[in-house]
Amino acid sequence: MSKFQLYVKESCETCKLIEPLLAELFDQLDIELVSQDNPQFPPGFPVIYDESLELSYRAEIEIVPTLIEKDAQGEVNRIYGWDKEQWQKIAGFQFAAELPLFRPGCGSRTLDPGMPEKLAARFDAANLKSRRLEFDADDDIEACFDQDWSDGLPVVPPTQVRVMRMLAGTHRDPQEYIGDVPPDYGRCTIEKIALNAVLAGCRPEYLPVVIASVEAVLEDEFCMHGLLATTYFSGPMIVVNGPLSRAIGMNAKGNALGQGNRANATIGRALQLVIRNIGGGKPQQVDRSALGNPGKYTFCFAEDELGSCWESLAVEKGFAAEDSTVTLFAADGVQGIVDQKSRDPDSLCRSFAAALRVVAHPKFVMSSDVFLVVSPEHERVYREAGWSKQDLKDRLTELLMIPGSELVAGAAGITEGLPQSFAEKVMPKFREGGLSIVRAGGSAGMFSAIIAGWVASGPMGSIPVTKRIIV
Amino acid sequence: MRLLDPTSELNPEGRIPQARPDSVFGKTIGLLDIAKPRGNIFIDRIEDLLQQKGAKTLRYSKPTFTRVAPVELTQQIAAECDLVLEALAD
Repeated sequence: MSKFQLYVKESCETCKLIEPLLAELFDQLDIELVSQDNPQFPPGFPVIYDESLELSYRAEIEIVPTLIEKDAQGEVNRIYGWDKEQWQKIAGFQFAAELPLFRPGCGSRTLDPGMPEKLAARFDAANLKSRRLEFDADDDIEACFDQDWSDGLPVVPPTQVRVMRMLAGTHRDPQEYIGDVPPDYGRCTIEKIALNAVLAGCRPEYLPVVIASVEAVLEDEFCMHGLLATTYFSGPMIVVNGPLSRAIGMNAKGNALGQGNRANATIGRALQLVIRNIGGGKPQQVDRSALGNPGKYTFCFAEDELGSCWESLAVEKGFAAEDSTVTLFAADGVQGIVDQKSRDPDSLCRSFAAALRVVAHPKFVMSSDVFLVVSPEHERVYREAGWSKQDLKDRLTELLMIPGSELVAGAAGITEGLPQSFAEKVMPKFREGGLSIVRAGGSAGMFSAIIAGWVASGPMGSIPVTKRIIV
Repeated sequence: MRLLDPTSELNPEGRIPQARPDSVFGKTIGLLDIAKPRGNIFIDRIEDLLQQKGAKTLRYSKPTFTRVAPVELTQQIAAECDLVLEALAD
């Protein structure tokens, strides 16, 4: 024998519409009536008043009216809104009440703006494993500073409601184990990443990008421990590719490497806060950087792949154009290249090569990897000449073969340099695969950017890591 | 006000360092080169000084300075040495 539940609210016209039917339903069926907004609605019938909305939340009601049929094993049927034919079918009898054939329902109160995360915090917060901390302070942002959770800027206090809202941004289980974050090798779960995404100011839809970034830096070849502990400038930089970068409104155009876009700003910041709070990596402690760089607050941008004549970074790495990915790079700051006169590709290549030559030190070779961010006005020079990205890389590699006599210690009056045994050799500036090229930036300005990498780039240090983003 | 803890909630155990030995005479001392340039120059000098004081020395090196020492290496040093010196150089 089936049991039925009918979820309604008084403020829904469709729920009122079916009032004339209720007497028949109570007469024929074993039915419970659950009202979301008024214990007296519908009048004249026994009503379960779901004041806290717990019943509706647990039953995942999205629309009212919703009619649910259950047997001994559980739910067997569910109808949203009013559809006379469907209702008669699962009720098992013809309705006498004169009613229209179809009316759409209304939104359940559980889906009122701001309500889902409040209900999740109220009824599902027990699933969160993080320690609850009680504070007497009347300023929650100052309390977060006091806990040393901040990178120096104010953070968003991680309340249960905010954390539950953030976790709605992924389908992954909050307790899924992601890895141990250096330098302290603190245990990292989706929940802990979500907490730091809250601190950073992320929207829930950014969370999968943050999770993929954490997964990437925890790959052994990325060498996050050494990158954090180094005395050098570098920190993790995130390049986002694919449709998700556009869906969440990332900036790949004007000022892509700068401020002003919430996704760019907070995704990069969330990763740094994961390293700080879960990993325990803090400046002047295990983070031994002599100077650091401003990108260690946040360094994240999207490639402008739709506007590019070249295949994207992700496609180069073997992913499909429909895949969304993050590529993590151990990066220093941004060095500009100005060339407003070159209109042929070789001339522009020579400008790029001259600027790339000095990465880390004019005499250093095969130490730092590099990202070259080509602006649209520079990319146009290659587009019009029919050059692929590989053509550009090949030419730069040729131009960046440097005579050892210029690299050895003492050359040019500079003590720094390679051993004298290199004097007769010709050395490439970058290791094979160490030069990456992406296109980003505003439509005006014949400026491109060099983002140099850690001087310990390569298999003995850090190599760029690309990960697919899982929503 | 109630907030959730965004840290790993690690609770480090406090440990008291072992007492410094009165003398290195007769001790076996591991010298760990972290594989930075010129680390060998520094360790050569330290080794010379320790041997003058009657210590026995053993040399070790990490595969790369960018990563923590492999567990096998730390276990080997712990098994073979009374003391260890780790050298950072550039």
